[in-house]
Amino acid sequence: MGMMEKMDELASSGAREYLTFRLDQEEYGIDILKVQEIRGYERPTRVANAPNFIKGVVNLRGTIVPIVDMRLKFNCSKADYNSFTVVIILNLRNRIVGIVVDSVSDVMELPPESLKAAPEIDSVIDSGAVMGLGSLGDRMLILLDIERLMDGQEMGLVSGLD
Amino acid sequence: MAETHQDSSGSGGDFDLSQFYQIFFEEAGENLDQMEQMLLNLNLETADDEELNGIFRCAHSVKGGAATFGFTDVAELTHQMESLLDRLRRHELQPNAAMVDVLLESADASRSLLARHQSGEGGDAPPTGDLVRRISDLAAGNASPPPATVAVAAPPVVVPKPAPPKVAGVRSLQIEIGPLDRPDQADAIQELFRDIPGLGEIKALASERANMRVFAVGTSSSDEDLLDLFAFHVSREHIVIKENDAASADAPSDTSVHVASSYADDPPPGAPLAPLPGFGFFDGSPGAPAVVGGGASPVAGQSVAKVPAKTAAAGPAAQPEAATIRVAISKVDQLINLVGELVITQAMLAQNSRALDPAVYQQLLTGLADLDRNTRDLQESVMSIRMIPMSIVFSRFPRMLRDLATKLGKKVDFVTQGEATELDKGLVEKITDPLTHLVRNSCDHGVEMPADRIAAGKSETGTITLSASHQGGSIVIEVRDDGRGLSREKILSKARERGLDVSDQMSDADVWQLIFAPGFSTAAVVTDVSGRGVGMDVVKKNIAALNGTVEIDSSEGYGMKVSVRLPLTLAIMDGMSVGVGEEVYILPLSSVVESFQVKADAVSTVGQGAQLVKVREEYMPVIELEKVFQIPRFGQEKSCDIMVVVEADGSRVALLVDELLGQQQVVVKNLESNYRKVPNVSGATILGDGKVALILDTGALVRRSRH
Repeated sequence: MGMMEKMDELASSGAREYLTFRLDQEEYGIDILKVQEIRGYERPTRVANAPNFIKGVVNLRGTIVPIVDMRLKFNCSKADYNSFTVVIILNLRNRIVGIVVDSVSDVMELPPESLKAAPEIDSVIDSGAVMGLGSLGDRMLILLDIERLMDGQEMGLVSGLD
Repeated sequence: MAETHQDSSGSGGDFDLSQFYQIFFEEAGENLDQMEQMLLNLNLETADDEELNGIFRCAHSVKGGAATFGFTDVAELTHQMESLLDRLRRHELQPNAAMVDVLLESADASRSLLARHQSGEGGDAPPTGDLVRRISDLAAGNASPPPATVAVAAPPVVVPKPAPPKVAGVRSLQIEIGPLDRPDQADAIQELFRDIPGLGEIKALASERANMRVFAVGTSSSDEDLLDLFAFHVSREHIVIKENDAASADAPSDTSVHVASSYADDPPPGAPLAPLPGFGFFDGSPGAPAVVGGGASPVAGQSVAKVPAKTAAAGPAAQPEAATIRVAISKVDQLINLVGELVITQAMLAQNSRALDPAVYQQLLTGLADLDRNTRDLQESVMSIRMIPMSIVFSRFPRMLRDLATKLGKKVDFVTQGEATELDKGLVEKITDPLTHLVRNSCDHGVEMPADRIAAGKSETGTITLSASHQGGSIVIEVRDDGRGLSREKILSKARERGLDVSDQMSDADVWQLIFAPGFSTAAVVTDVSGRGVGMDVVKKNIAALNGTVEIDSSEGYGMKVSVRLPLTLAIMDGMSVGVGEEVYILPLSSVVESFQVKADAVSTVGQGAQLVKVREEYMPVIELEKVFQIPRFGQEKSCDIMVVVEADGSRVALLVDELLGQQQVVVKNLESNYRKVPNVSGATILGDGKVALILDTGALVRRSRH
């Protein structure tokens, strides 16, 4: 899907709500409908041979859920775990994944007109996973296609998704 | 097609099919409902293949089931429907309204026929001759005009008209025993049914009198045979046998009086016996209380007569309402997950409350104790939802064996034991193929030709016994035959031929295990039976995949016994937890052979790489879990080295761990549903503290050591 089409899709669907979170100095937003819950961080059980940003698996009320540290994934300068570290549990189609972020900031509604296409930039983020940029006054929000990001080959979470 | 089904029901004559009736009635009902829906939605001009095939499949399923269970009238009618639908789906005919009408009517007729079979009622069957004729006319391509009475668009009202055709061979009886001084004598009769295969089903009913026992029995045996059997425990005059389905429309009031009067406290002696045809009464038996009770009012009689099936509460077939529900497996799994979680939470609470002062927190602790008990009960009930009886598996063998024995020219009796033993549904599906192979194997390689048997001083007919029983936390399924058994010499020489490492000093058990080696067959000639399908190595692998084990016991000339031991469910496993560094891993207990402490000098290396440890004259590869799983060491020193020997696929390896933490039952969770397959790991579980632990795949670890 090309960037323009993606923007069209966003625009045509009207305003959407995004959960925004902070990674280092950057602010990101993901579709609130993909968020199942927000939890504190508990130490996961390490899984051998996983990429470094996959911290392991935790028990979420009987379900085994992998935990991805977005700060490690996005090469943030520091990734501390303390009592304020937040895990966002995402429900992506048939898969449940937890992501670790520095903090959750807000839920905000973005009207289509405040969305801008992201310029082609060199970044650790697969450019296809950035849906666009949202501007909120002087703040810039990076809108992630979290489903695509989590399904990426290098995430090691892939097993037969289309 | 219909003939084959017919045949199969005939061959399984000594096998009680009635236990599957309920499932069949439910499925047939669903199929008919579905067919009706599809017929009603069918667009005649633009009917596509998918729709027509769907309707055909429904009719086909009903027909197949009906034929299997001997409901010939239903099978005949649905067979006609199937023929018509077959031509439609092949586009040999164009669907028209008359066809839909006649199909809908036939579906209704099938329903009422089935309802009649299900309730076991008597009376005239709804005539289907006209329907059959109309369908075949349409199928032949004659445009017969729709009959005047086409009222089918309205939801069908099932009118179960009473009619007598009984299920061939199986009768539903009500047996009353008493009055007895010691009514528990009668309970022994229930054990008879349990012990004698093929006798049928028995169910105790509530008796209104303490010195009486009432049973509902489904059997194919004659009254005389039953009486002879029962005579071991109670005298004949205390037994009254009645046929449930004799509660026919012919003489409803009389019947009901009988049912009612048998419960009456003091039947007036000498009152006339009701001369009813079809009743299993024994005229002249002095103690028979089945006489017309003076107190049984006509009103009471009628009310009983209206619901004969319910009053008699016979086997499953006697309940017109569905006694079971069919639920998606995923919902049950969800329930099991939640209960598993509850158990963990409960364990955590119990652990945390242990330090509390019982005097101060008495109420809280009592509550927690209750919670403990209720949780366990709940877990047990939830797990039992998935359980189904082994008879589902066993029922496929009589026919198969009969065909096989005929083909091989052998004579074989097939005996099953413990059919009521329950097993997890998931396991049942997976165990069927290995069992089939074992049973075939017994018939093919075990049981000798009749002439050879006689020469060996045995009876001409061999016996193959299939039994299931609970032993502790597992279920043991045994396949036994009294055939020629295994020959130690032959196996050893064959093994040498194949270059396997064997010695004459090996124990019998070890020798028998050799036949699980890939490609190993004791048959001199590979027949089309033994040469086809899975070999014994595959049997063993499949059973090992279920965390089960296989053992063989044999004596040459006397037979062979293969015991398959399986966990009760796939969802729960006995595990041994081991600690490496700060991490905990679970080993399936079924693959753990032994564990021991090692000194560093006991381990030798080969080619600077692979490590071997000597365990009682045997060198086995060492796998350091620390390296396989890249377990970090946070500076702490190992207290000692412990090796756990695990066995899989017939090979053993020693796993090097830091400590043994203990044994426990673990609930097996899937790691792939949200993450992915992890090498050397078969799943995950949740420990008592809520943490996740990985379950090791011993098969993969053993395979890994081979490269």
